[in-house]
Amino acid sequence: MVHFTAEEKAAITGLWGKVNVEEAGGEALGRLLVVYPWTQRFFDNFGNLSSPSAIMGNPKVKAHGKKVLTSFGDAVKNMDNLKGTFAKLSELHCDKLHVDPENFRLLGNVMVIILASHFGREFTPELQAAWQKLVAGVATALAHKYH
Amino acid sequence: MVLSPADKTNVKGTWAKVGNHGAEFGAEALERMFTSFPSTKTYFSHFDLGHGSAQIKGHGKKVADALTKAVGHIDNLPDALSELSDLHAHELRVDPVNFKLLSHCLLVTLALHLPADFTPSVHASLDKFLASVSTVLTSKYR
Repeated sequence: MVHFTAEEKAAITGLWGKVNVEEAGGEALGRLLVVYPWTQRFFDNFGNLSSPSAIMGNPKVKAHGKKVLTSFGDAVKNMDNLKGTFAKLSELHCDKLHVDPENFRLLGNVMVIILASHFGREFTPELQAAWQKLVAGVATALAHKYH
Repeated sequence: MVLSPADKTNVKGTWAKVGNHGAEFGAEALERMFTSFPSTKTYFSHFDLGHGSAQIKGHGKKVADALTKAVGHIDNLPDALSELSDLHAHELRVDPVNFKLLSHCLLVTLALHLPADFTPSVHASLDKFLASVSTVLTSKYR
């Protein structure tokens, strides 16, 4: 189980407070679909994903990105119990959505890159490390109920 | 995986923007990798890995210079990186999983310092380029 120090929790929470979840969510999901096009396999009903600008401007991508990142906010509030927090979502992603957990790792790394581009030097190596722990913890929690 | 003409243009364009910050960015990417992924430090037990370490700066320059060479020979990475490929296969023997970790930290560093240039398309091209370099560097492992 992943363990966060008090400093890491404060640093993560502090940064999260400054994130525009709606905007960042759309950007994260959009970049996932642009950089790793095979991830589009889960979104056949999203309409036009034919180019980077189509993807980044797609309203369904933005809406779903917001949903995903809002859910990520639960992780920030429950860093000591990621597995419990994401148990139901884990079952959903396995049984109904059939998403390979590798995709959670890809999205987590895209999120870290977006944080870096938004926060610049404020996104220190130590802050990145704390966030890498969190995205890895969330990915593991989402994969935990897979069978 | 093949680098399209657009990918090559994106990579060259970004690297031109890096300018003479290559060594600095290389060192920062290494520091970020050591901090976020402590297992990567196992390859550098002979280094001072403290912040500002001269050895990390020196190694960052090595990494940046290799990438500069790769960018300059983007149409023939296997030839350009052949010696480095031999080195990694026979001397360094860095487990292939670590190339993804350094590549990710290089992307983080570039996104941080060049946010306006780091569009989704450029992000994709750079990710592909670093993956291609990694593939060449591990191509002679077995």
